[in-house]
Amino acid sequence: MIIRKVFDFYVEGFKRMTWGKTVWVIILVKLFIMFFILKLFFFPNILKKKFTTDEERSNHVLENITNTK
Amino acid sequence: MFEAIDLSLVNWSRAQFALTAMYHWLFVPLTLGTTFIIAIMETIYVKTGKPEWKKMTKFWMTLFGINFAIGVATGLILEFEFGTNWSNYSWFVGDIFGAPLAIEGIMAFFMESTFIAVMFFGWNKVSKKFHLASSWLVAIGANLSALWILVANAWMQSPVGTTFNPETARNEMTSFWEVLFSPVAINKFLHTITSGFVLSAVFVIGVSAWFLLKKRHIVMARKSILVAAIFGIVSSLALIGTGDGSAKQVAKVQPMKLAAMEGLYNGYEGVDLIAVGAFKSTSEESNDAMKDFLFKIEIPNFLSFLAFGNWDAFVPGVNDLINGNPEKGIMSVHEKIDRGKIAIEKLTAYKEAKKNGDEVLSSSLVNELTSENFQEDYFRYLGYGHVNDTNFLIPNIPLVFYSFHVMVMLGFLFLLVFVLALWWVLRNKLDSKKWFLLIAIFTIPLAYLATELGWVVAEFGRQPWVIQDLMPTTTAVSQISAVSVQITFVLFAVIFTTLLIAEVGIMIKQIKIGPKDEGGTKS
Repeated sequence: MIIRKVFDFYVEGFKRMTWGKTVWVIILVKLFIMFFILKLFFFPNILKKKFTTDEERSNHVLENITNTK
Repeated sequence: MFEAIDLSLVNWSRAQFALTAMYHWLFVPLTLGTTFIIAIMETIYVKTGKPEWKKMTKFWMTLFGINFAIGVATGLILEFEFGTNWSNYSWFVGDIFGAPLAIEGIMAFFMESTFIAVMFFGWNKVSKKFHLASSWLVAIGANLSALWILVANAWMQSPVGTTFNPETARNEMTSFWEVLFSPVAINKFLHTITSGFVLSAVFVIGVSAWFLLKKRHIVMARKSILVAAIFGIVSSLALIGTGDGSAKQVAKVQPMKLAAMEGLYNGYEGVDLIAVGAFKSTSEESNDAMKDFLFKIEIPNFLSFLAFGNWDAFVPGVNDLINGNPEKGIMSVHEKIDRGKIAIEKLTAYKEAKKNGDEVLSSSLVNELTSENFQEDYFRYLGYGHVNDTNFLIPNIPLVFYSFHVMVMLGFLFLLVFVLALWWVLRNKLDSKKWFLLIAIFTIPLAYLATELGWVVAEFGRQPWVIQDLMPTTTAVSQISAVSVQITFVLFAVIFTTLLIAEVGIMIKQIKIGPKDEGGTKS
């Protein structure tokens, strides 16, 4: 019952929007670009991508922070 | 190390981070302050029951909503960059960043999805008091969200409450409370949010001034100015206090930054504060070349007092910090470099022992590396072990100096604007001061400039350190192609500029529409 009320509260709130609708379109487009384009294609987690275990990752970082050449 | 690194990669990665952080910061400060201004206005509405306060609350809520919606999640891009461009750093900081950011994420999600919804959708659906409580919770929640990222940033400026574990190559939190309540974190948080409050007060006064110039919604504009001016004065005084606190912490933990902020090359006792000054133009490009002043207006002994609470205190300059000053107990950079190299040698020995499967030696080296004495005497200088040229340890002094001084001057200008606005609005003379109303409108971009300059001082002033004394940017950066960073830099510039244009466009449209009469409760 409470869940239904909360659900209706949000649904009605969104339905009654005027300027808010434009803003929601911007938010959704922005989130789509961020998570489905930028994150997927341009921003891989380098250490996760290159190595499979945490030990390999820590060895790699240790190598870099001790490399003075 | 510096010679071996592709500096173009480092510089592009830094530029990209600066671009995204500065764009993100265009959206945040207005959220921090307008939420409180809205909550104050709604409190007056609930107390007095006068409908004009409700109308006013809703109007500023609309502008807050636009800013919030366009800006929300832009900070996540910074997290993407940590994993891609700054992977060594990301790993090295371990849970220091992870824990605060996780708390921020959870807090932001619950606060924002619940109470902002009540704020916008809950008029006439929940009780007045519940709606008011939601508005206050949004204000508190928005500011608490900022706390966690600022705590993480403060740790980078002054790493405390952690110890480095060579087995995982990560820093591990030994005291959450020490990280959370470090004096740098407290001052940074308070100074940052109060700067947001001041910006928001400037924004509300500027927009209201436009209404007064246009002779529209005059009552609302005057009342908004009244609230914003009082809020602005209180916030400005708090901003000055927290700025003083921040400067004292900088003097203690980042003396090179303080020297850069004041263009101080040679320290002495009873140092004057430069109120206004400009460097002579010079053809000398080298960063360590001392810059002479073309002119400067000084306040005698004031820097010593502000930094150390003593009019005759010694404040070290750039040269003292580079060459050392045994008389004042300042270690030279060369000594720090030697200590950093010892820390690196020990880590290298550990790495080799581990590789060779020598359990006894690696275990003994872990004990030595994690011992309190080694951490305090050597490991804290780890980053210096990568430095071959002391010139790299000096930030861009003119940039930091001018950013700091312009920021401070603008801060005092805003205080003057608040005082004058309050004075005239109380005397019912504000509407006739057209020149002042115009100044109030043009103060809005200056408030954004001031708050961005604050970050320039904080972040350029600590170069080359991504983590003070522990990790320079050259070690923190991932070994990826500089071209890929350049491409994403351009992408971000396009995306953020589009978002900014969208925000400004929608906001101007809503301002032109103005507050709606009761019945126009739609969001």
